[in-house]
Amino acid sequence: MDAHLLAELNRERRARHAVILATDLNSGASRLIREGEPLSGELSEAVLKAFRSGKSGQVEADGRTLFLNVHLPPARLVVIGAVHISQALAPMAAIADFDLEIIDPRTAFATPERFGAATLHAEWPEDVLKRRPLDAWTALAAVTHDPKIDDYPLQAALEAGCFYVGALGSRKTHAKRLERLAENGVDRAKLERIHAPIGLPIGAASPAEIAVATLAQIIAALRSRDGAAAPGREGAT
Amino acid sequence: METAATGNDIRDPLTLAESWHGEGRKVALATVVETWGSAPRPVGSHLVIDAEGNFDGSVSGGCVEGAVVTEALDVIESGTPRMLEFGVADETAWQVGLSCGGRIRVYVERLG
Repeated sequence: MDAHLLAELNRERRARHAVILATDLNSGASRLIREGEPLSGELSEAVLKAFRSGKSGQVEADGRTLFLNVHLPPARLVVIGAVHISQALAPMAAIADFDLEIIDPRTAFATPERFGAATLHAEWPEDVLKRRPLDAWTALAAVTHDPKIDDYPLQAALEAGCFYVGALGSRKTHAKRLERLAENGVDRAKLERIHAPIGLPIGAASPAEIAVATLAQIIAALRSRDGAAAPGREGAT
Repeated sequence: METAATGNDIRDPLTLAESWHGEGRKVALATVVETWGSAPRPVGSHLVIDAEGNFDGSVSGGCVEGAVVTEALDVIESGTPRMLEFGVADETAWQVGLSCGGRIRVYVERLG
């Protein structure tokens, strides 16, 4: 493989872009394929399938034997609110292999004593997300109940095409939230992507159970990428 | 967005391959391209090898790395990619220790 190609591949991986390195196993020639890049012939279908499944493998396409090595960015989970639910969600998300970070401007909540080793930002979401923007490979769960804290990141998550957007709150609270976001110019179709009340309907009662229901819903969104929340296909419904 | 390097990135074979090559070392990259049965490392896993026989990463969780390194030294010398196959039915693989019951195919190429 050409060293420049490897450098380019590593650059794309660091930038959290989904890419495939396609190697012709007979000639040894390699090329980089970015997600969404227009392709023709049999390769197009194989590449689409590989991006969707995330599985690397050998394919026969247009008379050539190619190895497709799929590089999907690791999934991030951004939690707005250093609350009780987040305390349960943090260790579970780590076990399920998500890169988790918690944002809450209320310094009494966002303390290492309450969260151990989890990444904490005791700042406003507006400030953190400027430095660490959301993307299609990020899930966002807003759990403070406070519109002053939750509304901005929810809107940012919808605009960034996050593969999962969830918000804590009753149906009534959520209806008011939708009104506010719509007034703020968020597209009605995008608003429908918000999972609220948050979590799969398993009758979760305690904060820890709500965390289980939420994590399961996030995993479902990540693994059903043909569905509404397909990373890399922003706004697809 | 460029994310900061974490502890894991430092051990990432593709990142290592790039930095080794940048240091002027001669480097080969081995990639698992096919597996059957209970192979310990998934398709797409990498081992990076230099001309001195230093290596990092994993294509089999330790079973066949030694043999891959030997072949990689030839690939670094010749520049010609090679396809290796290991499995329990294979005398050599048995000797190098792929006793886990799986079979794997490993593609080895020079980084240039």
